[in-house]
Amino acid sequence: MRYLPALGSLVAVGAVLAALPFLLSAYHVALAAQVGIFFIAVLGLNILTGYTGQISIGHGAFMAIGGYTTAVLSRDHHTNLVLTMIAAFAICLVFGVLVGLPALRLSGVYLALATFALAISVPQLPLKWSKFLGGRDGVQTATTPSHVWLYAAAWTASAILFVLAWLILRGRVGRAFRAVRDSEIAAVASGVELPLYKTLAFGISAAYAGIAGSLFVLATNGFAAPDEFGVVLSLELLIGAAVAGLGSLWGILAGAAFIGLLPTVSSSVPVIGSAHGQDVVFGAAVVLVMLLIPDGFAGLVARVRRLAGA
Amino acid sequence: MATAETSRLEGLRSRGAALGGFGPAAISVLLVAAAAALLVGSLRSSTFAQLTVQGLALGSVYGSLALALVLVYRASHIVNFAQGELAMATTYVAYQLIQWGLSYWEAFFATLGIAFVLGTVLEVGLIRPVLHRSAIAAVIVTVGLFILIDGVVTWIWGGDFKFMPSPFGTTIYHVGGVSIARLYFGILVVVLISVLLVWALFRFTKLGLGMRAAALRPAEAALVGIRVDRMLAIGWGLAAVLGAVAGLMAEPSQYVLEPTLMQPILVYAFAAAVLGGLESPAGAVVGGLALGVSLNLIVQYVPAITSELQLPFAFAVLLAVLLIKPSGLFGRRTVRRV
Repeated sequence: MRYLPALGSLVAVGAVLAALPFLLSAYHVALAAQVGIFFIAVLGLNILTGYTGQISIGHGAFMAIGGYTTAVLSRDHHTNLVLTMIAAFAICLVFGVLVGLPALRLSGVYLALATFALAISVPQLPLKWSKFLGGRDGVQTATTPSHVWLYAAAWTASAILFVLAWLILRGRVGRAFRAVRDSEIAAVASGVELPLYKTLAFGISAAYAGIAGSLFVLATNGFAAPDEFGVVLSLELLIGAAVAGLGSLWGILAGAAFIGLLPTVSSSVPVIGSAHGQDVVFGAAVVLVMLLIPDGFAGLVARVRRLAGA
Repeated sequence: MATAETSRLEGLRSRGAALGGFGPAAISVLLVAAAAALLVGSLRSSTFAQLTVQGLALGSVYGSLALALVLVYRASHIVNFAQGELAMATTYVAYQLIQWGLSYWEAFFATLGIAFVLGTVLEVGLIRPVLHRSAIAAVIVTVGLFILIDGVVTWIWGGDFKFMPSPFGTTIYHVGGVSIARLYFGILVVVLISVLLVWALFRFTKLGLGMRAAALRPAEAALVGIRVDRMLAIGWGLAAVLGAVAGLMAEPSQYVLEPTLMQPILVYAFAAAVLGGLESPAGAVVGGLALGVSLNLIVQYVPAITSELQLPFAFAVLLAVLLIKPSGLFGRRTVRRV
């Protein structure tokens, strides 16, 4: 009974999402799929940054790894695209744990900058190993899915991963994550194994980003290129997580829509749509949202609910 | 206790050196050895000498922006992602002033003034209201500013290359068979003078003392009558000035002005600041110089590190340093009481 209101709103959102492809044009379905992709990535980042307190400005790098996994598997082995997504999940899980190990020694700003380094370095690697990873020309998948397939895949994956995140976070593991976030010393004193849970959070978070990256590549006509996974992508994800509200699952849709839709929507407005107007709008919106609601949409929801309850 | 406090204020020495493996002494020895190696190399090969001077000039630009990051970090305990874009924007302001008829150096100093105002306004208007509620929200504001400033500059001036007159001419010096452009000496000198002036301000003036106190112990500083808010705003202003110096000196080293001018430099400045320990002004400058020289030499002499791998390599080194010494080469090891 406790979860009834939450369950109700989830079912409502799910119903709207299921109806959307029948109501929207192909272009808008593609946009909605884009939001779904960002939903997964922001959700993953929130598990790490919001729930475990480990900031990452490098999740674009994990998206790149996931994306290239899909592209290379499809190019070389004509693997089923859904299977490549699962492969991306697994590979990024491993990479996440591998990055999480050195990250154990870092915290706060140092961790932020180390993960920033990751975001900058990883997209350079395809240029070095261009035979296997296509260099600047990128990698093209063997098959490219339709907009509707992509929409269905993105939001089905979102739903599964959302439930998975909820299950992880509500139990023992989630409690350990939050303990690490709130006070590492207190967590250790209570018997939480810091290295285990920190690397686990990194792994899960990276695996989510991997699936998002895989879909991200499929959304760009199955084309993986280094420029798509630049630093800006990592920064956008962090913006999405902050706009959504760290440490809560309720704002993620708003955060994903913010980074997925705002640049596109503002570019179709006359005057500002020209030149680099959309950057101006997006940047100004980020600053404004943070000034008005520093704890993001989830914080806003919590405040409204408290007001309604009082 | 008094001496311990002084060293804390200067942020140069590591009080907990006994706890970490590397003490300041070991690092000084390392730096002297590196300088000696560079000198010997320069005397033996003219290419090596050219690369070293060029690397020092580039490194001083990294160091200047890194110092700006350190000043902001000491004032507000956040990393300002917009620092590089702010520097780029002020460089465009200088470009515009020159277009309107000012000479290069008139524009240079006018721009520094404008940068100071911009930096303080940013802190007061956008950072401070958010910072006291959530540090991460303040960081996101700087990320938003990164995108915003980039957009505004591209909107006003367009994304195409702009050219500024060269501040140091095209003279080339010949020192014992080595040809070195005057440009590189000019960059190095201008940056080092700015850094020294900032250091002198912090070290010898009452304002500087107030700023150090406000950054390290805000509550106690306020108790003895220091206007902490004003000091922090001035800190951001000075950071913007150093950034403007970095931008104005980056332009001649890249030969063109474009909106992406400072993006790679910001990355190296991050690396330099972390290498130096984020809280240490001297560390940031030394880190910048070390990074500039070593990258320039490594790309030339180590065949496996091609230019694509320059950035990943810089960060591999950075990560290695962080893993051995998590608080950077010059950082204080913080010991927390629970």
